[in-house]
Amino acid sequence: MATLDHSHTRPSSSPSVPSGGRLMVWEYLLRCWRRYAIPSLAEAIGTPLLYLLALGLGLGSLVDAGPQSAALGGVSYLQYIAPALLVAAALQIGVSEGSYPAYSRFKWSRVFWGVTATPVTPGQVCDGEVLFIGTRLLAASTLYYLVLLMFGVAGGPAGLLMIPSGMLTGIACAVLILALGAVLQSDGGAFAMVFRFVVVPMTLFSGSFFPITQLPLAVRWLVWISPLWHGNELARGFVLGTAEPCSTIGHAAFLAALFVAGLVLARRLYRRRLIV
Amino acid sequence: MRERRAPRRIGDDPSVTRSADAMPHPAGANGEPEKAAPMIAARRLCKTFPTASGRPVEAVRGIDVQVERGESFGFLGPNGAGKSSTMRMIACVSARTGGELSILGMDPDLDGVRIRGRLGVVPQQDNLDVELTVRENLIIYGRYFGISRSECRRRAQELVEFAQLTDKADTKVDVLSGGMKRRLTIARSLINDPELLLLDEPTTGLDPQARHVLWDRLFRLKNEGVTLVVTTHYMDEAEQLCDRLVVMDGGVIVAEGSPKALIGAYSSREVLELRFLPGTQQQAEPLVTDLVERVEVLPDRLLLYTEDGEATLEAAHSRGVRPRSTLVRRSTLEDVFLRLTGRSLVD
Ligand SMILES: Nc1ncnc2c1ncn2[C@@H]1O[C@H](COP(=O)(O)OP(=O)(O)OP(=O)(O)O)[C@@H](O)[C@H]1O
Ligand SMILES: [Mg+2]
Repeated sequence: MATLDHSHTRPSSSPSVPSGGRLMVWEYLLRCWRRYAIPSLAEAIGTPLLYLLALGLGLGSLVDAGPQSAALGGVSYLQYIAPALLVAAALQIGVSEGSYPAYSRFKWSRVFWGVTATPVTPGQVCDGEVLFIGTRLLAASTLYYLVLLMFGVAGGPAGLLMIPSGMLTGIACAVLILALGAVLQSDGGAFAMVFRFVVVPMTLFSGSFFPITQLPLAVRWLVWISPLWHGNELARGFVLGTAEPCSTIGHAAFLAALFVAGLVLARRLYRRRLIV
Repeated sequence: MRERRAPRRIGDDPSVTRSADAMPHPAGANGEPEKAAPMIAARRLCKTFPTASGRPVEAVRGIDVQVERGESFGFLGPNGAGKSSTMRMIACVSARTGGELSILGMDPDLDGVRIRGRLGVVPQQDNLDVELTVRENLIIYGRYFGISRSECRRRAQELVEFAQLTDKADTKVDVLSGGMKRRLTIARSLINDPELLLLDEPTTGLDPQARHVLWDRLFRLKNEGVTLVVTTHYMDEAEQLCDRLVVMDGGVIVAEGSPKALIGAYSSREVLELRFLPGTQQQAEPLVTDLVERVEVLPDRLLLYTEDGEATLEAAHSRGVRPRSTLVRRSTLEDVFLRLTGRSLVD
């Protein structure tokens, strides 16, 4: 090991910025993301293309010709599912980024223990994750929006609001998964269970591919607590121009409340996990 | 080679003297700023972990430790003695469950963020990001201390050289050997130019050459005024590095002093080692027990603690003891450790 020279550096030249800790964690996660940013952005464009072609155009041609097509509210099937596809993709990204990648920083690489040995606090680590996932969601939702625009199913200027709708849905679910990851000692398939028994059913039955009026009343309450349904309603309202102030505020408030509650919970669990 | 900065004066940092008032200490009682609060002051410090099975683990059971600025201090002890638990409390990443603790004159419960900003920590288990390069690991770590990007890059280059990883600087950490990762972790702990360096088994996994180089580096840091706290299982390392050390066992401190004082207090001047085929040492033991005050039975040898090794060896020979080989040596911390932690101790 060679000579170390810190003669011109003093602690005063390296001010600790306690509140900036979350930004530093964010910066770190972005740096990690750089390694797979290109494939992940390619996926963010490729996936919508596939879905739009298969479901929107392929399946859509049958649906639009069918006798029940009025249930969609007088729009084509492609128009009907387009906003929901964007929101579903955001959900997918939020949940997957919040699960194994974050969990591995507790469990396998133990990176978070290194971070909290510095002035950065566990709560800021959690915030950094949230900021990063938010950034991922912004990038992916924007790309999705552009693809929808290409297909002519992005609505008017209000259609841009699909992007925040997707982000809000994704991040509200992500914080819950972050909270789960903070308490898991061994994975034991918990994430896989959540994907299989929560995320997949949610994707199928939240008014993404067919209106929930097609569902029996007895199970419709389940849909009302589905964050994805609120996200879908929000996004669809903006694109199709059917948004009403009351319901828009209601859906957004539901998602915002879920996000805040999840964030508070996740921060608390991060603290509990990292300060032992 | 350029000179590093002179040791920092305590008076440079208002927080130290201010907090010293909050926690008065005999050393600082006379009002001289140079003698402000010690770097570490623990009194009846405890750490109890709750467990799922119900019975809590008492990892640290009321230890008193005081480390002064510029000192290098060691924790020795067998596995599970509570060394890492203590280190983690000192590093302000683990809350104490009892007693008093003051680091750099501040209370970790209240000022953890400020304290951590001035510490360097080498944890027992590496926690590098193996997906990033050596250099990136150093840079991002510096950022957590609020150091500017350009300054981080500059320091990273220095530390890459310090860790002798120059040709690996832009390699993913994943492909480094265990010892290289360890060196990187040690280098990383210096990115914020810490006043207090906490090293939990720093040289585990290092080859002998790298260990000696590290000792040399730590020695220099110490000369520059950095306070060192080390845990180790290598007694030669403890003798090399530590001005003063404590031996922990079962969560309590069983002995304290300089390496020399400990050897004086807990061992004889010389040690006669009688080596046997494993298993046959027990037959020889009754023949020599009354020759010396203390005999230690190890799997393949007997250790006879004596003031005069050669004389004891002659006496053993005359009693018909026929070891495969013999060795007369000076007592080391190893002998102190064997005695204090009661491992294979036969009285
Ligand atoms: N997070 C934890 N939860 C429960 N018990 C713990 C935890 N961390 C440590 N312990 C227990 O506390 C005791 C002391 O552990 P510690 O890691 O401090 O020992 P150590 O002296 O560092 O040992 P080693 O030399 O093996 O590193 C052990 O019995 C250990 O099982
Ligand atoms: Mg340990």
